[in-house]
Amino acid sequence: MTATIERGAATEPVASAAPPPRKVRFLTSSNGKKVVMAVTGAVMVLFLVGHMVGNLKIFIGKDSFNEYAHALRTLLEPIAPYRTLLTLVEIVLVVSVGLHIWAAVSLSRQARRARPVKYVARKKSQASGYTTHIMRWGGVTIALFVVWHLLDLTFGVVNPKGTNSLPADRMIAGFDPSRWWVTIIYVVAVVMVGLHLRHGIWSMFQTVGRGTARLRPVAALVSAVLVIGFLAPPLAITFGVVK
Amino acid sequence: MNLVLKIWRQSGPSDSGRMVKYHVKDVSPDMSFLEMLDVLNERLILEGDDPVAFDHDCREGICGMCGMVINGVAHGEQVATTTCQLHMRHFEDGATITIEPWRAAPFPVVKDLVVDRSAFDRIIQAGGFVSVPAGSAPDAHSIPVRKEDADSAFDAATCIGCGACVAACPNGSASLFTAAKITHLSLLPQGQPERLSRAKAMVEQMDAEGFGGCTNTGECTAVCPKGIPLDTIAQMNSDYLKAAK
Repeated sequence: MTATIERGAATEPVASAAPPPRKVRFLTSSNGKKVVMAVTGAVMVLFLVGHMVGNLKIFIGKDSFNEYAHALRTLLEPIAPYRTLLTLVEIVLVVSVGLHIWAAVSLSRQARRARPVKYVARKKSQASGYTTHIMRWGGVTIALFVVWHLLDLTFGVVNPKGTNSLPADRMIAGFDPSRWWVTIIYVVAVVMVGLHLRHGIWSMFQTVGRGTARLRPVAALVSAVLVIGFLAPPLAITFGVVK
Repeated sequence: MNLVLKIWRQSGPSDSGRMVKYHVKDVSPDMSFLEMLDVLNERLILEGDDPVAFDHDCREGICGMCGMVINGVAHGEQVATTTCQLHMRHFEDGATITIEPWRAAPFPVVKDLVVDRSAFDRIIQAGGFVSVPAGSAPDAHSIPVRKEDADSAFDAATCIGCGACVAACPNGSASLFTAAKITHLSLLPQGQPERLSRAKAMVEQMDAEGFGGCTNTGECTAVCPKGIPLDTIAQMNSDYLKAAK
């Protein structure tokens, strides 16, 4: 007679202890938000390159700089009305900045929820701690600077030449040696932008799946070029090279 | 060696927990970190105290069970080693050592230094496998695989799922773990049919478990006992993006 042995599974069936996972869609997933960060970041980097090249025209002469500022407003005329292109650029930038901040805040909150109990020992960074220190608070610093920068050189509210003045005059008056502290604000802010981009540009490629360690020096080089290009005009004006 | 240990003691999941100070005497520099804790536990048991609970299994650096944050660094400051392979000679006599469990919401503390890493299992269950029976190892050259791919896949496959990446990440992200598991299958022929659905399912499970997002800080790869490279995260992101299209 053959005995039949009731055989259970070798191990307990794995019950799903977790609650049914909430539906994660692309834009609500952490990866999706990172892609939003990357794409909006890329838009802003491209803008910065154009902005920097435009600034450098002050070295050719005040007229060249003013003509360039005027051309930005009259480009595409008469096909499109005054300021068409500039307005479009402004809209794209405002949307990019908004989405970039939204993604950053959302990801920061998710990160905080992921570690409700902090470490007692001061957590020693094993990877230089650069990113942790620079990106989030650096981003806030840059946002505050952008507000000042727009009030100063775009709207002229805090500029000695006021609102109704030529762009080159605002720029030269703004960085006058007597206003050395303004130049210091710009130097600090631009260096912060550079540090932000050094990680940001590399991170952007990593997020869209094209990152390798080899891209890090490239990101650092691009950031350095932008920092030098942006700091050259204010420093030249403050030290009297451009009058 | 004489040491002062500050250890996280928590009697169970619902206990709020606290740091408790212990003096450990006559520790041999040749002991491993876990053996040093064994010495403490033997004394605690003799004194009628509750021994410090910590996870351990193989004690040769390949099982991924032993994990603790030592002086603020996952698995201690020695690079590319698990806690069991860390030896007391790397500490100074008279030193104070802080020992804490992995800290992350998806890794609830079971007791003292033991955390529940079932969240990792659920990420694997979401897609970290090959559905077709792959059979026994095929003949060496029957399915050609590029040497570079084979090497990268193997590097990723060395992940032991210890959770140090989560513990070290300032965002409590499980990206390095999930990326290692996705990469080791997505680089090999057997992993191709489910490549994109796997990436999507595993990334979404990672989010659903409550892990944070990746900010490419590189803290994870710096503490990883197996040195899993950050490139695996780029691979994961790439596969996820393709799946989302």
